[in-house]
Amino acid sequence: MSRIDARFASLKADGRAAFVTFVTAGDPDYDTSLEILRGLPGAGVDVIEIGMPFTDPMADGPSIQLAGQRALAAGQTMEKTLAMVRAFRQSDDETPIILMGYYNPIYSMGVHPFLAATKEAGADGLIVVDLPPEEDDELCIPANAAGLHFIRLATPTTDEKRLPAVLANTSGFVYYVSITGITGAAAAHADAVAPDVARIKAATDLPVCVGFGIKTPENAAAIAGIADGVVVGSAIVDRIGRGDSPTEVLGFVKSLAQGAHSV
Amino acid sequence: MERPMPEDTLNTFRAGPDERGRFGDFGGRFVSETLMPLILELEGEYEKAKTDTDFWAEMEHMWKHYVGRPSPLYFAERLTDELGGAKIYFKRDELNHTGAHKINNVLGQILLARRMGKKRIIAETGAGQHGVATATVCARYGLDCVVFMGETDVERQKPNVFRMKLLGAQVVPVTSGRATLKDAMNEALRDWVTNVRDTFYCIGTVAGPHPYPAMVRDFQSIIGRETRAQMMEAEGRLPDSLVACIGGGSNAMGLFHPFLDDREVRIIGVEAGGHGVDERMEHAASLTGGRPGVLHGNRTYLLQDDDGQILEGHSISAGLDYPGIGPEHSWLHEMGRVEYVSVTDKEALEAFGLSCRTEGIIPALEPCHALAHVAKLAPTLPADHLLVMNMCGRGDKDIFTVAEALGAEM
Repeated sequence: MSRIDARFASLKADGRAAFVTFVTAGDPDYDTSLEILRGLPGAGVDVIEIGMPFTDPMADGPSIQLAGQRALAAGQTMEKTLAMVRAFRQSDDETPIILMGYYNPIYSMGVHPFLAATKEAGADGLIVVDLPPEEDDELCIPANAAGLHFIRLATPTTDEKRLPAVLANTSGFVYYVSITGITGAAAAHADAVAPDVARIKAATDLPVCVGFGIKTPENAAAIAGIADGVVVGSAIVDRIGRGDSPTEVLGFVKSLAQGAHSV
Repeated sequence: MERPMPEDTLNTFRAGPDERGRFGDFGGRFVSETLMPLILELEGEYEKAKTDTDFWAEMEHMWKHYVGRPSPLYFAERLTDELGGAKIYFKRDELNHTGAHKINNVLGQILLARRMGKKRIIAETGAGQHGVATATVCARYGLDCVVFMGETDVERQKPNVFRMKLLGAQVVPVTSGRATLKDAMNEALRDWVTNVRDTFYCIGTVAGPHPYPAMVRDFQSIIGRETRAQMMEAEGRLPDSLVACIGGGSNAMGLFHPFLDDREVRIIGVEAGGHGVDERMEHAASLTGGRPGVLHGNRTYLLQDDDGQILEGHSISAGLDYPGIGPEHSWLHEMGRVEYVSVTDKEALEAFGLSCRTEGIIPALEPCHALAHVAKLAPTLPADHLLVMNMCGRGDKDIFTVAEALGAEM
């Protein structure tokens, strides 16, 4: 069983929602970023998404755009991002890690070299924003063959007709984007999202996690009540951006985790 | 053994893209899931419109009475004498309403947006020509118009910013990234994802996710179709060569496409070489100085570093200052059907003066790149060689930049 499947199975047995966080690799610099990363499981994080910085993050709002710029300015590269995963795995062999980003840095490295290095480093899955099901043979199918989960985003515009295509070739969990918009935008109300989550759950056995716009422990608790997991990114990245220390960042993450796990 | 020429392996260069929006390996639909349903809807609408005589009747009517088409095919006699070689014709798309070829495409997309019931139009712009064309057609049809423009470009293209505002558009200065055309396009995509249900994204060049590269090409192909007919009338035969400048590549694609299967017609695209195409990467020549990658919805040649991070191009011409190029150009480059060359800022500036002096035409800095190559090529060709250059924009917008480059007081 993969780390992702094992983690969701154990959460389900405990009757808890997964708390999933996003941080950009190398933000604000490699050492600080690794320190934060290593502290996430202890702060209550069940699944970690690590952003691979890209110059042109078209689906991201200002928070994650700036995080990527900080990381790139500090010299982050794909190689260093994979090195961070490797370093994390020395002390934690259970928390699932998902690499999230855009296709060009992967394509530039070469799909097969990237997949081999990712697997070897100890990552478990990929979320690549600009690869819809129509482009599955680019990376999704090779990733599955390499033993990596390819986690898909479903959105409010994913209608009944498209949902089967979005769910095909995906595994691990489904990431439901709660709004039409970019990361860090205004949050959708749990009441408004619940029917969409139910619609997706009716079509798949995979866990459904909800993200985009969740900023406070209260938001996290509300979403945890209607989904299998809650994803928080921009709100954490903002703390890193304003210069909070790793201890302060992890303190905030802990408060979010308590929210997500309170239901 | 010689490498087989493309004509040995392909019946036509005009059949693309395939059903996945690919020209060979280039193109595609590299967009987020939120946009995908809309992209498919747009493709469906465009397929319907393509064969709808009412749609084309309205296009023809507006092209004729609003844009002022057909644009003349003009024999540049004094330039021809000065250069002493090929017989040079200008396709005068700078005479269109709004001063460039951009409106040919905007008109098509806005008519499509109306058919789709979209009331809010967004666009990206670099120099401001596409933004002005979009604001213009939106005013004509009473649609809301929001134009994204890098803050750097807002500052250096003030007259076009004011034009857009006069036409009722909202101009949003983009401060993200490095605040130029590439970032304006990112921001337009972010707006589109957010307002996907009521908004139509009017892309200004032959790039973006399928169907945009094909659709924009089809709307711009009026340039090549007219050129064909006009040259037959003027000279009784097809031209021997075509030259056009390339940023994203819409004016070039529009001129080239109707001639791609006429193998005897030599076709040359001219990229912006900035300070020179070398390892400093201070240019915007994606084909001559970049490599394939994925950005803004399509796979194409891009300026990028070893880690796949996109580089900022440089060109004296804001309209060519883009780190990518339309995917069909990437394919034509690899197939060897079109030759791609580059000229520097300095050569383009010299061509600016040449056009003013010999023909009384103040050209935009974009076609100055094409003209700079013509100035190199024409003297090597015989007097009966018919050469067509696309004069795709007029230079009013550029006089400040040119004055600065020449160190002149306005």
